[in-house]
Amino acid sequence: MTDQFLFGVEVVLNGLMAGVLYALVALGFVLIFKASGIFNYAQGVMALFAALTLVGIMEGQVPFAHLINAIFGTDVHYFGWNVPALAAILLTMILMVFFAWAVNHFVMRHLVNQEPIILFMATIGLAYFLEGVGDLMWGSEIKKLDVGLPQGASIWVEENTAFLGSDNFFGFFIDKLDMVAALVAAVLVIALVAFAQYTKQGRAMRAVADDHQAALSVGISLNFIWVLVWSLAGFVALVAGIMWGAKSGVQFSLSLIALKALPVLMLGGFTSIPGAIVGGLIIGVGEKLFEFTIGPMIGGATENWFAYVLALLFLVFRPQGLFGEKIIERV
Amino acid sequence: MFYREAGDFKTSYVDDSQTFPIAFDRYRYYFVLVIAFGIIPFIINDYWANAVMVPFLIYAIAAIGLNILTGYCGQVSLGTGGFMAVGGYACYKLMTAFPDVSIMVHLLLAGFITAGVGVLFGLPSLRIKGFYLAVATLAAQFFLVWLFNKVPWFYNYSASGQISAPERFVFGVPVTGPNVEAWAKYMVCLVFVTFCAWLARNLTRGTIGRSWMAIRDMDIAAEIIGVNPLKAKLTAFAVSSFFIGIAGALLFAVYLGAVEVGEVYGINKSFLVLFMIIIGGLGSIFGAFAGAAFMVLLPVALKNILVGGLGWDTALATHFEFVIVGALIVLFLIAEPHGLAQLWKLAKEKLRLWPFPH
Repeated sequence: MTDQFLFGVEVVLNGLMAGVLYALVALGFVLIFKASGIFNYAQGVMALFAALTLVGIMEGQVPFAHLINAIFGTDVHYFGWNVPALAAILLTMILMVFFAWAVNHFVMRHLVNQEPIILFMATIGLAYFLEGVGDLMWGSEIKKLDVGLPQGASIWVEENTAFLGSDNFFGFFIDKLDMVAALVAAVLVIALVAFAQYTKQGRAMRAVADDHQAALSVGISLNFIWVLVWSLAGFVALVAGIMWGAKSGVQFSLSLIALKALPVLMLGGFTSIPGAIVGGLIIGVGEKLFEFTIGPMIGGATENWFAYVLALLFLVFRPQGLFGEKIIERV
Repeated sequence: MFYREAGDFKTSYVDDSQTFPIAFDRYRYYFVLVIAFGIIPFIINDYWANAVMVPFLIYAIAAIGLNILTGYCGQVSLGTGGFMAVGGYACYKLMTAFPDVSIMVHLLLAGFITAGVGVLFGLPSLRIKGFYLAVATLAAQFFLVWLFNKVPWFYNYSASGQISAPERFVFGVPVTGPNVEAWAKYMVCLVFVTFCAWLARNLTRGTIGRSWMAIRDMDIAAEIIGVNPLKAKLTAFAVSSFFIGIAGALLFAVYLGAVEVGEVYGINKSFLVLFMIIIGGLGSIFGAFAGAAFMVLLPVALKNILVGGLGWDTALATHFEFVIVGALIVLFLIAEPHGLAQLWKLAKEKLRLWPFPH
């Protein structure tokens, strides 16, 4: 096997790993869209907010420290304790559940029966709001997130694949963190599917997704289901935030992965959980391969737009995505 | 009392179908024009021009453009920033390639070039609808910004990768470059705003505007009654991109002077203009102005209050701005999904009967 080919394989492998991370974010979108028909633009910012909160709690930061200092002229920054990672994750999750309740209670409940586009705009507003609150609470500097996940390249994979190529080939370079992320994503998807298929609340969730009014008429509380779904999305956001945060630090650009998740969704279809995974993998592999093969010829940094153009071209031929429900239009 | 049509008799069809059929509206319109053209240029200073008036006018053009596409034709676009970049770069290339032609012609031509690009990216809208289209327009946004960053021909191989506007004159007065006076900037933008608003208003109340609105309300039904969706959607993309291109060209040439594409024409611009038309009101020319005024004034006001008044540092004020803008958008959508224009309309209805509402 030539080295060029092996490098190509390595690119594909890394693309698959990146795709898993995209899929993690896309999953949160699908959950909310299925249950309430809301296209939640704030998903990326929720991941950022969750990661910021996690770091803040672990390091014992005082929330709103800058604001308090500016108003009262004090100079507080840290409580001076460190919270263990697991406890911090639990606390963050509680906050995300509270956020889910607040979103539902103060925003979405008042927007029932509005057009989808209005709901979409509302989540953009929500994204701005949450971003501002996150920065106010925990400060906007780049933070390191370390919850004890393995980091760095996997030596084992490198040593055991080095024999495949010639002397110039040192084995596949794969980040341990990416492998953990892939594992977590797999577990998360299985857990979510099991939850939706086999539990009472999961069944109720699917019923709401099918038909709001029919679900109401058999006694399912829409409010409860919506809070549940937003909490689940918050949980997925937290997991995505931990993975991305551990990979590249907790910073504003984290919220931009939401934009990357959009073409993933378009490829996979807005309503399909397997679609989010497959779409994520296609986009991940596609953009890495394109950058590897065509990128050098046209100036590089094609990752910025490749996913969108791919999704655009794909949609022209199949407007509902790979696994989306067939779009039926009536007058 | 003030605002009524009683006694305002129309004696010809021309009178009956004029843009402002109610006398009070008409006088208000002339009044605004007189103030904008006759008074403000003489009293405007640098701060007001750069912080408020010029960005307001430029964003008003962009908002009118997006409003035609989203508000009138129902095609959600998140590619506004990218199309503004096309306008800006087209204007730059024209200005440097044909230095003898008037800048006003270049600004218009930049609009036409953007219209062509807009039609190209509008083609998928014939197959894709709703959110899918919104995301598809992101392809335009990211691809165009990348293109202007990576292909040196667009920025004339300058070392910094920036484009900067050379000095150009209109009637012997500099309107671009380093020596522009506040009133000259303001007047150029004002002329274009007036032209664009007039054009948009008349397009939207004619045949073409009606076909846009039919597509927006239900495209299949519109097709059945004989509206050609290909023509309607593509003209909406073309006209909308024309305005957005002019706004982008003005933003580069007149307002900023030097531009780095990712920073000025990024995805944030797309959202900013989208917010303007939501807050102002979808499907309303007045709404585009109201929304632009709101989104331009809000940061200025907040900055003056928080930094100037309370003495906070700028970073903190910026974060606070995010919170307030986000909360306001959500509040607006809950309280009045049709925006400021709807409030204005309600006020007019009330004024019509005031002070005897029965």
